[in-house]
Amino acid sequence: MVPATYYIALSLILFVIGAVGFLIRRNLIVMFMSIELMLNAANLAFVTFARQQLGMDGQVIVFFVMTVAAAEVAVGLAIIIALFRHRETLNADEVRILRW
Amino acid sequence: MVIPDISWTVLLPTLLITGTGFAILLADLAVAGPEKDGLGWIGIVGLTVAAIASVALWNTQETSFAGTVILDRYALFFNVVFCLATGLTLLLSMDYLGTIDLHSGEYYAILLFATAGMFLMAAANDLIVLFLGLETMSIAAYILAGIWRADLRSSEAAMKYFLLGAFATGFLLLGIAFLYGAFQTTALGPVAREMGASTDLQRALASGGMALLLVGFAFKIAAVPFHAWAPDVYEGSPTSVTAFMAVGVKAAAFAAFIRVFMYAFDALAEDWSTALAVLAVATMTVGNFAALRQTNIKRMLAYSSIAHAGYLLVGMVAKSDAGGAAVLFYLLAYTLMNTGAFAVVIALGKRGEANETLDDYDGVGMRHPLLGLCMTVFLLSLAGIPALAGFTGKFYLFSAAVQQGYAWLAIIGLLNSVVSMYYYGGVLMRMFMADGGKDVQGTAHRPYLAATLVTTAAGTIFLGIFPSWAFELAHSAFLSLR
Repeated sequence: MVPATYYIALSLILFVIGAVGFLIRRNLIVMFMSIELMLNAANLAFVTFARQQLGMDGQVIVFFVMTVAAAEVAVGLAIIIALFRHRETLNADEVRILRW
Repeated sequence: MVIPDISWTVLLPTLLITGTGFAILLADLAVAGPEKDGLGWIGIVGLTVAAIASVALWNTQETSFAGTVILDRYALFFNVVFCLATGLTLLLSMDYLGTIDLHSGEYYAILLFATAGMFLMAAANDLIVLFLGLETMSIAAYILAGIWRADLRSSEAAMKYFLLGAFATGFLLLGIAFLYGAFQTTALGPVAREMGASTDLQRALASGGMALLLVGFAFKIAAVPFHAWAPDVYEGSPTSVTAFMAVGVKAAAFAAFIRVFMYAFDALAEDWSTALAVLAVATMTVGNFAALRQTNIKRMLAYSSIAHAGYLLVGMVAKSDAGGAAVLFYLLAYTLMNTGAFAVVIALGKRGEANETLDDYDGVGMRHPLLGLCMTVFLLSLAGIPALAGFTGKFYLFSAAVQQGYAWLAIIGLLNSVVSMYYYGGVLMRMFMADGGKDVQGTAHRPYLAATLVTTAAGTIFLGIFPSWAFELAHSAFLSLR
């Protein structure tokens, strides 16, 4: 059996990839995907801790997180489309009428 | 398998707000065009009922849904603050939305749904309920920021708010995962109990979780260095939404922040108070000095709101009951004076012309005495001039810090208030001393706006002169947390 620490390490690596991706990538969709990666890294941590402690809480929490993430996707993509209709670009550096 | 007891009393205020939101959605089908602005009245009635229910339940101390939701004085105090913030926002919006040609029933419904999320945040006794409340509020707020789709700035603001907000959510969630790993539960009560007697591994996981939660909350309250989104979002959003975000959303974030840190993480108070002290100094100083060189009033108020988050953090650093009560009191005062300031910003705009630069304020005070008088009250109160609510609030905050040996922090806070005098005073100088400027609309034929201005100004003065009853309420609300 793979030790729980491996899963936690993987979760942290995914989280850092997501956070760094958010900070350095400039395409709005890719930034958005990076955020999803961070949320799923947290999900992996929840499932691992639940498995390790033989509890169900962590497993159930993941469903809540997935539901919330789905709602966030719906709103986020709508906002991206609303912005795209004005600007015809997905580059975050060109979204700068307001100073960043 | 045991089905936990369900007490609907505990959820009553939240349910009232949610029900009002749905009622607005239904009523929206029956009206068209400018009549939609009348939907705000349904919201105001619903908020009034919820506020009355919250006051009636004042002596409740009850948990339900397996202990995940709690109704105590702390939650009830915040419920009243939220009702006030949203109610004033609704009043503002009914006049404002017409000037930007946005007649939308969803606006009012989403505002109510955001408020329901805020209620849940204040009543959360479990980190997952807190997360759900936070997301209910945040997702609604993202939509509100971008609801003026015809305006590019509104879409941009929504985009930035959404990206940074979701980014912060990631940190918050990983923090919750760490705490779950440490204590096998996300309920605040057990976390608070086991935090004191934890093993090394638990302590390590809990500290990591706490740091991540701190980052998440710091984003939400716009504390430096996690504040970069706030000026852009506040400037770009429709002004009524900006008022709502600066007041309601911030109060809700503080409600959750305080419950988690001053109750669940009380055993680690020595650790987090140092971090918060650093955040408080950075937030106050950066906020005030950046506000000095702004030329757009909404941007200036955004930086001022960042600075105020710093003052509020000073109360949390004090870690005492007096400090916590002071934060609650200040949030109430801040709701009144800051909503009022944004109401003046709205009063200056007219159709197709926002009039948001400081130059537009030249001479306004002399031509529109009501606007000038009210803005004087709000800005002096924000700056902390005696006999106004802002002064009393700052007095409570800083004296709580001094009592706990943070005199240096109080002094930095005072110096910052002096700096803030400069830019608040600058606006007042322009309004009364400068000549020229544009002809602005003022409050003529805008009864709701006038009502908002008078209510908030009267409240600001009243709380400044008779603060003790409100402080007593805040104090007993905070005690129910411990």
